[in-house]
Amino acid sequence: MSASTVLKLPPQETADLPKKSYLNSEYGLKSWLLTRDHKRIAILYLFSTVFFFTIGGTAAAFIRLNLLTPGGELMAADTYNKLFSIHGIIMVFFFLVPIAPAVLGNFLIPLMIGAKDVAFPRLNLLSWYLFVTGGACELYAIIWGGMDTGWTFTTPLSTHYVNTHVIGAALGIFIAGFSSILTGVNFIVTIHRLRAPGMTWFRLPLFIWSFYATSIIFVLATPVIAIALVLIMMERTIGIGVFDPARGGDPLLFQHLFWFYSHPAVYVMILPGMGVISEVVACFSRKRVFGYTAVAFSSVAIAVFSFFVWAHHMFIMGISNYSALVFSLMTMLVAVPSAIKIFNWSSTMYKGSITFDTPMLYTFSFIGLFTMGGMTGVMLGCLGMDIHLTETYFIVAHFHYVMVGGMVSAFMAGLHFWWPKMTGRMYPEALGRLAASVLFIGFNLTFFPQFILGYMGMPRRYHAYPPEFQVLNVLSTAGASILAVGYLLPMLYLTWSLKYGKVAGSNPWRATGLEWQIQSPPLTENFLETPVVDFEAYDFEWLANKEKNEVQSVG
Amino acid sequence: MHFISPVLWQFLVKWLSRLPLFPPEASSIAPYTDAFFFFLLLISIVGTGIVVLMVVSFSMLYRKEKNPEATQIEGSTLLEATWTIIPLALFMIAFVWGALLYFRIYNPPTNAMNIYIVGKQWMWKAEHPGGQHEINALHVPTGRPVQLTMISQDVFHSFSIPAFRVKREVIPGRYTTVWFEATQPGTYHLFCTQYCGTLHSQMIGEIVALTPDDYQKWTAGSTSGASLAQNGERLFASLGCASCHSGSPDAHGPSLAEVYGSKLQMANGSFVTVDDAFLRDTILNPTMHQVAGYAPIMPTYQGQVSEEGLISLVEYIKNLNSNYRVQQTLNTSQVQTVAPSAPATGQGVVKQ
Repeated sequence: MSASTVLKLPPQETADLPKKSYLNSEYGLKSWLLTRDHKRIAILYLFSTVFFFTIGGTAAAFIRLNLLTPGGELMAADTYNKLFSIHGIIMVFFFLVPIAPAVLGNFLIPLMIGAKDVAFPRLNLLSWYLFVTGGACELYAIIWGGMDTGWTFTTPLSTHYVNTHVIGAALGIFIAGFSSILTGVNFIVTIHRLRAPGMTWFRLPLFIWSFYATSIIFVLATPVIAIALVLIMMERTIGIGVFDPARGGDPLLFQHLFWFYSHPAVYVMILPGMGVISEVVACFSRKRVFGYTAVAFSSVAIAVFSFFVWAHHMFIMGISNYSALVFSLMTMLVAVPSAIKIFNWSSTMYKGSITFDTPMLYTFSFIGLFTMGGMTGVMLGCLGMDIHLTETYFIVAHFHYVMVGGMVSAFMAGLHFWWPKMTGRMYPEALGRLAASVLFIGFNLTFFPQFILGYMGMPRRYHAYPPEFQVLNVLSTAGASILAVGYLLPMLYLTWSLKYGKVAGSNPWRATGLEWQIQSPPLTENFLETPVVDFEAYDFEWLANKEKNEVQSVG
Repeated sequence: MHFISPVLWQFLVKWLSRLPLFPPEASSIAPYTDAFFFFLLLISIVGTGIVVLMVVSFSMLYRKEKNPEATQIEGSTLLEATWTIIPLALFMIAFVWGALLYFRIYNPPTNAMNIYIVGKQWMWKAEHPGGQHEINALHVPTGRPVQLTMISQDVFHSFSIPAFRVKREVIPGRYTTVWFEATQPGTYHLFCTQYCGTLHSQMIGEIVALTPDDYQKWTAGSTSGASLAQNGERLFASLGCASCHSGSPDAHGPSLAEVYGSKLQMANGSFVTVDDAFLRDTILNPTMHQVAGYAPIMPTYQGQVSEEGLISLVEYIKNLNSNYRVQQTLNTSQVQTVAPSAPATGQGVVKQ
C-alpha cells in the first residue's frame, strides 16, 4: 500500500501528538459549550449533524423496508408518510445544508486563509445554538407525533388539510435558517477581511471560492424560506388566507417562494462538495487544479444562475408556457459551469502523479455519481421530458445522485482528507478504501433501479405500489442495506482512530494549503505568527523547496 | 428515432416492452417523448463515458508508480472553450427539442373532445359531456384526441398516465388542461403523483382505452340519463341565474348565448376571451369580472356550488346557442330574482 500513497507520517515509535492543541487547551463541557474557537464549533456541528443524519438514515431504512412489498404491509400509510417527511426534512435542513459549510467550512476557512478565527466568533457560536434550538424544535415535532407534509410543505395540504405537527416542524426550520444566514455572513466577512498578507483572491484555494459562493446563497435565499414558513404558520394559526384559494389566495405562490429558496439551497448542498473535490484532486494528483480561474468563476456562476431557475420545479403546474421556456433555458445554462468543473477535475489528473488513498476514491465516486446526477438533471430541465419524469422515482434517483452521491461522497472525501488535521491521527487506510468502495456499490444498487422505476412511471411518496414494480424495489432495498454498511464502517473506524490511529504529523498528505503548514491538531490561535503568502495555490514546487529547507535546517 | 427508421423504432420498442423495464407506448405522444429520451440518454452516456474514460485512463497512465513526478500544467483556454461550447450546444439542442415537445403535449388540437376531471382526497372523478360519471377510471376512445379539463376540490393532485407520457398538476381554484390521443386499446395506470395526504398511494385508477366501436357501446351503456349540459341547465334554473341572464333587452345581466369563445369588453376597458376558467371565475367572483355596461349586482356563488356543479354550469353555457329555452324556463317556473340565497336543490349543489 505504501507504494501507491502520498502518506508521509512521522516515525510512529517516537511520534506523539502536540502537547498543546485546540483539543486540550481547555477541559470540561463548559469549555466546549461556551467556546468561540471556530475549530471547536466545527466539532460541535459535526456531532449534531451526524446525530441528525442517524435519525434521517433510520427513517430511510424504514421507508426502504416498507417498499419491499407492493402492498406496504409493514406500516400504515400515515406512518409511511411521516417517515418520508421526517427523512426529507431532517436530511435536507439539518444534515445536507449545514454539514459542509458548518463543519468543514468552520474548521478550514480561517486555517486556509491564514486567519486566527472567523470574523465574528460569538456570532459563530450563536449560529450553532440556533441550529441546535431549531433541531430541538424539530425533534419535539417528531416525538410528539411527527408531520406528514413531505419536506416541501405543499400548500394547501400543509395549511388546511393535515392535522400533524406542521407548526413545530416549520418553526424548527425557521430557527435553523438563521443559523445558515449568520454562518453565511460570517464567512463572507471572514473571506473579505481576514486573508493573510499576500493571500490575494486568485491565490485562494478553490475550496474558499466555492464556500464564498455558498455563503452568498445562504444570505440571499434563506430569508425567503423563512418568510414562506412564517406564512404557513400564520395560515394555520390565524388563517390569513394567502395560500387559500377560497379566500382569493394562491396556493401556487407558496411553490414560488419555497423553490426560490430550495433551488439555490440545492447548490448550497453541492458547491462545498465541489470545493472539497478541488483540494483532494490537486493533492492526490500532485498538480495544480487545471484551469484554476475557470473553476473559481464557475462556482460564482453557479451561485448567480441558481437564483433564476426555481420554476423548473413547476413546469407541470400550469405556469405560463413562456415563463417555462425562460426557466428551462436558465436550467440548461446552470448545467454548463458544472460540466466545466467536471472536465477540469478530470484534466487535473493528466500528467499528474496519482495515488489512490481513501479521499481520492471518494472523489472518483463523486465525479461519477455527480456526472450522472447532473445529466439526469439536464433531462429533467428539458420541458417536454420533465412532464413524464417529474414527481416519479426518476426525480428521487436524480436528486439522490446529486446530494448523496455527490455531496455525501465529497463530504466523506473531505472528512478523511482533513481527519488527520482535525484529530492529529490517521484513520485506518485499508478500511477507508473498503468503505469507499462499499458506499459506491451500495449507492448505485440503491438508486440506479429508481431511474428505471421512474421512467416506468412509479410515483414518489407511494406507500403501496403496483406489483410489477416490486423486483426493482427489492433491488433498491438490498442496495440500501449495503449503503448502510458503507456509512456505519466510517463511523466505527473513525471513532476507533481517535485513540488508536497512527500519529499523523502536521502534513501527512504533503498538501500545499496553509492549514497543512501548522501542527495537527492546530493550536487554538491557529498560527503563532501571521503567515505571509508569496506562492500560488497548489504550488507543489514551493512545498518541495520548503520541505528540503526544513530538512536542512533540522539536520 | 422513429423519424429516421420506423422499422428500427418498432424493433426497439417491441424489444424493450418485452423486458419489464420500459412502460408501454400507448399514445400518439409517447413515441415523441421516447425518441427525445433516447437522445438525452445518448448524450448522457457519451458525456459520462468521456469523463469515466478520462478518469480511468489517467489513473492508469499517470499513477505514481508509472509517473513519479507530476508535470505542472496551468490550463488551456482552448480546452476550456471546447468543454464550455460543446455541452452548451448539446444542452441548447435539448432545450429546443424539449420546448417543442412541451408545446405539443400542452397545446390541445382544436377538435379534441373534452372530459372534465375533478380530483379530491383521495379519488378521481371523471365527468363525460354525455353525463357518464366515473370514479377512479376513465374510458377514452383510441384514435381521437381527448382533452381533460381538470380541477381539484381540495389540495394539489397530479394526473399522470405513464403509458401516455402525460401528466399535469390538478390545482384547487383553477382549471388545468392536458390532452392525449390513445393509440393502443388496453388498460393503463392512472396515478396521482403529487403527494396529497394519507391515502395518496390509493389515489390511483385505470385508464381504459377502447376502440371507437367499443367506446360507442360503453357510452351508450353507462349513461346516467341526463347529459352534463342538461344537469347544468337544471342548476342554472334552480340557482336563479335565468332571471338576470335571460337575454332579453332589459335584463340585469349579459346574455350568455354564444358567449363562450367570444371577446368581452370589461368595465375596466380590457378585453377578455371567454373560456372555461373565465366562466368558473365569474360565477365565484363576479365583482372581479365586471362586464362593461352592467351594474355589479351579481352575488357570489362561492361555497354554494360544488366543482361538479360548476363543471355542469360551464358545460351548459358553453353549449348555449340561443336564449329561447332560458326564457321558456323563466316564464313557466316564475323564479324570483333573489333566488341565490334560497337553499337550492339539484345535483351538484352543496346543501347547507
